[in-house]
Amino acid sequence: MKEAAQRGNEKMEVMTFGSANGKEYGLNDTGRPVVNFDIKTRRTLRAPDGDDTKTGNENAAKAKHCFDIGNLDLFYGDFQALKNVNMGIEQGEVTAFIGPSGCGKSTLIKTLNRMNDLVEGCRVTGDVELFGENIYGAIDVNLLRKRVGMVFQKPNPFPLSVYDNIAFGPRTHGVRSRYELDKIVETSLRDTAIWDEVKDRLKKPALDLSGGQQQRLCIARALAVSPEVILLDEPTSALDPVSTGKIEELLLTLRGKYSIIIVTHNMQQAARISDKTAFFLLGEAIEYNDTETMFAMPKDKRTEDYITGRFG
Amino acid sequence: MRGVLRDKIMKAVFFLAALSSILAVALICYFLLANGLPAIGEIGPSGFLLGTEWSPSDTPPSFGILPMILGSLYVTAGAIVIGVPIGILSAVFLARVCPKKLYKVVKPAVDLLAGIPSVVYGFFGMAAIVPFAGNSMLSACILLGIMILPTIVGIAESAVRAVPENYYEGALALGAGHYRSVFRVLLPAAKSGVLAAVVLGIGRAIGETMAVIMVAGNQARIPVSLFKGVRTLTANIVIEMGYSTGLHRDALIATGVVLLVFILIINLSFAALRGKSL
Repeated sequence: MKEAAQRGNEKMEVMTFGSANGKEYGLNDTGRPVVNFDIKTRRTLRAPDGDDTKTGNENAAKAKHCFDIGNLDLFYGDFQALKNVNMGIEQGEVTAFIGPSGCGKSTLIKTLNRMNDLVEGCRVTGDVELFGENIYGAIDVNLLRKRVGMVFQKPNPFPLSVYDNIAFGPRTHGVRSRYELDKIVETSLRDTAIWDEVKDRLKKPALDLSGGQQQRLCIARALAVSPEVILLDEPTSALDPVSTGKIEELLLTLRGKYSIIIVTHNMQQAARISDKTAFFLLGEAIEYNDTETMFAMPKDKRTEDYITGRFG
Repeated sequence: MRGVLRDKIMKAVFFLAALSSILAVALICYFLLANGLPAIGEIGPSGFLLGTEWSPSDTPPSFGILPMILGSLYVTAGAIVIGVPIGILSAVFLARVCPKKLYKVVKPAVDLLAGIPSVVYGFFGMAAIVPFAGNSMLSACILLGIMILPTIVGIAESAVRAVPENYYEGALALGAGHYRSVFRVLLPAAKSGVLAAVVLGIGRAIGETMAVIMVAGNQARIPVSLFKGVRTLTANIVIEMGYSTGLHRDALIATGVVLLVFILIINLSFAALRGKSL
């Protein structure tokens, strides 16, 4: 533990000069990730120690996963939106959720950072573990959302300046120093390839930016709190093809530094940018496989029907 | 053809209806100015607006309304200091915190506050505030602070509610708690609406008459202390209108002109703020 804490402190330096590019991201000996120190308290929040109750093999198998989802059921009142979902989501890769409207893919992504808590009558049973930690257990939801960032379908920059948008997250988590904030803002904007477009208008309202710029700003805003996982809920469905292309390029550059989960209606998009794809239908995860395999030879008839455009 | 004719007639009816309020405003302005401006001319604009002595029955009489102008401004400022923080926090509470069941009780209570006649507020002030604070500026400020609450709460609440939910979700998704999201994102986003609420509250406070007369003491002198009596522009008119004649009467009407100018400024800034928020 002590060692881990020290490690966290060392990493802090890296973070100060550019946490948002994910440099602090790494693996320890067991292959579990070493991330997560609270900017405010500057200590390791979750030491990457081995789980005593599990065998080494299980650990090794789980080590590559950022999320482990087991027997997940989700209800909105009487309606069951997710049915017995089981999947492990690879760390550092891009995972795409596809499926027709109402299939539960957006619901699932909102389960991963507990945004579903806002929905009245929403009930979750089963296991959702973030690096082995049950996120529906006794955890700090705000800290969970810091670790698992989210980008929404409709770009939603706050009606504040570009700078204050990016700085909102770090400020929330206790960064006060102007110098540090400046660094975080610049790094986040550089990492999302929008720095050159906005560096002269950092004090201008973020809502003056174009839709595509706004969405990249939202991604930068999510990066500014050094998340481990980034959830994107149809991030390009409100954007034109050029902006969509830029976001896709951006996601590919972020791949590896962050675990990325993207919900998309666009199967070409899933094919272009994801490593793994999960297909959902009526609340069930029908098929989950390497993207290439999935699109080349889907195992399930329903998947095939969907990706060949026979329904959905 | 008949349809076209009916359209034209209805159009004229609507136009006349709309015209009536403009006409009313125009008439009010005309009569106020026609009676008030000559009085200001006779007394002298600086003697009237900046004169510190109001003794209309002396020989020679003096008609300086500066004490009342200051009285109105001070009392209004005091009401804002008391009413605005409470009003905005109540609005945030109603819009984002209040459980539905409680809302069904609190919201009608706030609305009821708006419907209570001001003379009833005056009685409340005499019975509940004056025994502690005396017939003073402080009493008037407290009472007015309560009276402007429903105005501020109502408008600020709808302003906070009008902020798109995705701002709130965006803040939560960054790990901000409920209150941080509300106060650092939703409230700033509702800024112009909240300011409009404050401006309208100012308008209500500066125009309030009866309740203020009942608790403020009404001495026509430059206000010196929170605990001393104060007379506002509106009180000045109401108290003396009944027995005034000649230049005294016209001077009171001219006091109304000054009040009208204040209200005009307030309404213009309200309109400007509303325009910004849309």
